[in-house]
Amino acid sequence: MAAPPPDPPLIQATGIVKRFPGVLALDGVSFELRAGQAHALVGENGAGKSTLLKVLTGVYRPDAGELRVAGAPAAFGSPVDAQRAGVQAIHQEIGLVPLMSVARNLLLGREPRTRLGLIDVRALHRRAEELLRPYGVEVDVRRPLRSFGVGTQQMVALARAVSVDARVVVMDEPTSSLEPREVDTLFGVIGGLLEQGIAVVYVSHRMDELFRVCESVTVLRDGRLVHTGPLADLDRLRLVSLMLGRDMAEVRAEGLTRFSGEHGSGDHGRAADTPVLEARGLTVRHRIADVSVTVRPGEVVGLGGLLGSGRTETAKAIAGALPLDAGTVAVAGRALRRPTAASTTRAGVALLPEDRKAEGIVPALSIRENIALAALPALSRAGLVSDARIDRVVDVFMKRLRIKASSVHQPAGELSGGNQQKVLLARWLATGPKVLLLDEPTRGIDVGAKAEVQALIEELAGEGLGVLLISSDLEELVEGSDRVLVLRDGAVAAELSGGEVTEHGVLAAIAAEGED
Amino acid sequence: MTSATTVPPAADAAAAGGRARAERAGHLLQQHGALIVLVLVGAVSAVAFPDFAGGANLANLAVAASFTAMIAVGMTFVIITGGIDLSVGSQFALGGVLAAWASQYGWVPALLLPLAVCGTFGLVQGTIIARTGMAPFIVTLAGLLGARGLMLAISDEGADTYLVKSAAFARLGQGTLLGLAYPVYAALALFALGGLLLRRARFGQYVFALGGAADSARLMGVPVARVTAAVYVLTGLLAGLAGALNAARLSSGVTILGTGMELDVIAAVVIGGTLLTGGAGALSGTLAGVLLLGVIQNVINQIGSLTSAYQQVVSGAFLAVVVVVQRYLSRVQRLS
Amino acid sequence: MADVKAAPAAPARTGWDRSRALSWLQDYGVYASVALLLVFNAVFTPHYLEAGNFRTQLVQVAPIVIVSLGMALVIGTEGVDLSVGSVMSLSAAMLTLYLGYGLVPALLVALLGGAASGAVGGAMVAFLGVQPIVATLALLVGLRGLANVLVPQLKEFRDPGLLELGGGSVGGVPYVVLVAAAVTVAVGFAMRRTTFGRRLVAIGGNRRAGELSGLPVKRVLVLVYVVSGVLAALAGVLSTARIQAADPTSLGLLMELSAITAVVVGGTPLTGGRVRVAGTVMGALLMQLLTSTLTKHDLPSSWTQMVQAVIILGAVYAARQRVTR
Repeated sequence: MAAPPPDPPLIQATGIVKRFPGVLALDGVSFELRAGQAHALVGENGAGKSTLLKVLTGVYRPDAGELRVAGAPAAFGSPVDAQRAGVQAIHQEIGLVPLMSVARNLLLGREPRTRLGLIDVRALHRRAEELLRPYGVEVDVRRPLRSFGVGTQQMVALARAVSVDARVVVMDEPTSSLEPREVDTLFGVIGGLLEQGIAVVYVSHRMDELFRVCESVTVLRDGRLVHTGPLADLDRLRLVSLMLGRDMAEVRAEGLTRFSGEHGSGDHGRAADTPVLEARGLTVRHRIADVSVTVRPGEVVGLGGLLGSGRTETAKAIAGALPLDAGTVAVAGRALRRPTAASTTRAGVALLPEDRKAEGIVPALSIRENIALAALPALSRAGLVSDARIDRVVDVFMKRLRIKASSVHQPAGELSGGNQQKVLLARWLATGPKVLLLDEPTRGIDVGAKAEVQALIEELAGEGLGVLLISSDLEELVEGSDRVLVLRDGAVAAELSGGEVTEHGVLAAIAAEGED
Repeated sequence: MTSATTVPPAADAAAAGGRARAERAGHLLQQHGALIVLVLVGAVSAVAFPDFAGGANLANLAVAASFTAMIAVGMTFVIITGGIDLSVGSQFALGGVLAAWASQYGWVPALLLPLAVCGTFGLVQGTIIARTGMAPFIVTLAGLLGARGLMLAISDEGADTYLVKSAAFARLGQGTLLGLAYPVYAALALFALGGLLLRRARFGQYVFALGGAADSARLMGVPVARVTAAVYVLTGLLAGLAGALNAARLSSGVTILGTGMELDVIAAVVIGGTLLTGGAGALSGTLAGVLLLGVIQNVINQIGSLTSAYQQVVSGAFLAVVVVVQRYLSRVQRLS
Repeated sequence: MADVKAAPAAPARTGWDRSRALSWLQDYGVYASVALLLVFNAVFTPHYLEAGNFRTQLVQVAPIVIVSLGMALVIGTEGVDLSVGSVMSLSAAMLTLYLGYGLVPALLVALLGGAASGAVGGAMVAFLGVQPIVATLALLVGLRGLANVLVPQLKEFRDPGLLELGGGSVGGVPYVVLVAAAVTVAVGFAMRRTTFGRRLVAIGGNRRAGELSGLPVKRVLVLVYVVSGVLAALAGVLSTARIQAADPTSLGLLMELSAITAVVVGGTPLTGGRVRVAGTVMGALLMQLLTSTLTKHDLPSSWTQMVQAVIILGAVYAARQRVTR
């Protein structure tokens, strides 16, 4: 690092620790931000990035460690405290009130008032227009915020943040729903902020942007600080390998995973078989563009890429959980017209969602009910549930997946992450699926359960199921998959098969420069 | 972004133009739908029933609607915050009984006591909602029972009907100016004040922000708990006031009033274009909604051969149509 | 972060702390309260333990039980059905109008009316995404008006079949009570043994998970409101049979409040995902016992309402603790 400037850093966090029940989200992380600096904060899901952001913006209080703002110790009790100290966050979900007008949003709580104490509407609109001008936004400020595009809304949020005397602006994935020209505008504005001496914490998964905007970078992984320093010292490949926890010098041949590690070996994935899953040209606006995936019986196809590259969206689009703007899905040769979750389930597609809690487990219901849920039609006759059949199925999967619980009647919400994941797997296996879409199947579960799930995936593929495996764990992806599709910015960037399926190959594909 | 997600700019612009038009039309319908229907129904009635447009009839209509109208002002605030207050009918009855009882000490206590009691009642409800996060509908449901119980307790289980003892107080409800009863002016004044509070005071901005996105509002420094409690205080005060003035008009604290009144008030507010999901609404719409329901009631009375039950059928149907249309509009706007 | 539940709730198991007490209260409070009231009355209220007294109480509570069970199902999906009272009055009106065609057709038409109102409300909720409270509010207002339009004032009638249904009994147990018991068993069976019941609680517990698991979410939702409508209509028919008159103006008035109270007091959380059938029946009984106890001891009925208010708040507060724990 260069010689320290005389001023204290705008933000100095030292040894920040944040615990959640059963999880150490931040383990002694330090972070430093200087005036006029754009600092990238990167890491995969679960790295602790969003927790650190929440500590910086006053949403969480750290369990240990010290936070200083412009040299003075700061203890934020709430986001409002952080704002008073000059730390403003621009959230992915905007953080404004969509139904209120642009002007009223911009100046909420600071409206210009007449002598009678009433809001001076004309001054309000004038002031709002003035505030927005530097951001290249020329809109009718009297119209409701939601009638404008995400880009405009974000500029309004930014203008509001800066106008209430922000010294630090935290931007979490600001470009995720922006059109290219809006991105350019945003970068222009960021440049302006930096010149005013405002510091920016920039979170994004898009390599191009990081290198365009940021001067320095902090990389987190598993709640720990992995690297911090000038961005110019790193190349893309190096940055990606830091994020994914892979040191290029020591990409090993030996496997920590339970996958046997052979790729495309002759007995499965033969080109002659009808694919169990054939998805063509899947497109969902702002999310994925023209993604095609084919999975043959017994084949494990990996879906690689960084967080936000469209992996989850691809799986959801196939499962009918995300409406398609274009593209087709065929299961075992039968095309599904306008796939819905119900029709894909019937056709034999099973999606193990990334967010177990919100989209998978029904926490108040017992393990038994959770397992039986999707397979109810097969486990009942004329609408009457057969307890005997359910017991048989539940028993089989409790044993086969080695689900640990006090009894099958225990509420699923009380289980550990690994056992919840197994319950969800059991739910889907009970339906007798043809294709499994596994979105981060081993994230957040303990090592033992992880190995079991990995072994199970291989076993299921051996039985002739097609598997689409999404994982941020590079080792798991490479050793578990016969082929790997690498996604970048919502499109397929590379397809690796046979000998190309190596950690290096995947990393290189992720880090390659976009063609545009 | 990659090249694949581009849309031809011309098509985009055309779509945007169409969207803006649809949005404006939707907005118009949302904000002034009740007014448009009111004017239509009024015009048709004036032609069809010669008595309808008569001064006496309109004056009756106005005074009959004025009590619902006062409470609807407060309910509009509550609904814009995303809440609901089911206790207003009971508080209306409670206010009336309190006022009639207190009128033996003069017109000032008769007016202040209901305001104090119902305002406090609203504060308790609002504080419970703000501090515990319990659903407004269940808290005010308990409030509905509690306020009615309180009213029965002070009126010997509804057996005692207090008569208004103060002539000055009775005049507040019965006196007229230019042929219109005082309560009508009170309601109009409250609409004007409420409009200022909602559109031109900071408090109103907080109310909208709270209903539109409570989390964002908190982040933007809105004192969420205080604003939440305040809107229930407002409905309490207005229900108490309406009850008091009604007692003055009837010269007694009638204990059987107010049952189901919360439904009329909510119906009027929703028909007036205020979103039950919160975040949007206007008092002008609420006024149109109240008058629309009043006109329908009046017209059904004019027909004579019809029972007043038709009014319920019509308001129920209106309510259903309005919420379905609102739902449709918000979907269209979200897709754009 | 994803595994907040992963750490066993150790502190909750060691001590008799507040949240555990509240959770116990939610689960068993209603049974304990009913038992307490019974004991109190047995000791202090003269002639309480006579069969005639129990019969009266049960006949009075039967319609509330039937409506509450439908309401419990709706609340189990994170919804609410405010229209039940009006559906009762509508069914009374239809029963009267069609009695000329015979008792059975009239009964069927009345129940069909309930099903149709439920279908309308359910369709608004499931397909149009209207909030349950608003959709059923519109029905609450409109349907009572409709009932009043169909039968403008109290209309008495004497139909021997209906008379028997309302006043008759078998082995000393009134038919009305038997029907309520049968409905309780049927709803309990549906919740335990049918795909409908399983899907209902899954949708209430995590709608998104239900959708992603391929459940017919919308169909289940509509069906739930249809069931609630039919049960409300059934309660309306029974009440009409008991008083031998159709009274659309006041029949079922504020019934939605009694039903919601019974469900909430019975320990079913307003947040959905759980339906307590026996608890709901006990909740209705508790409210009935409370009213009769206060009346028998010459306490004014205003007390009943205020006590009821406190009990509702307490029940919801206890349930809230469980959710946030």
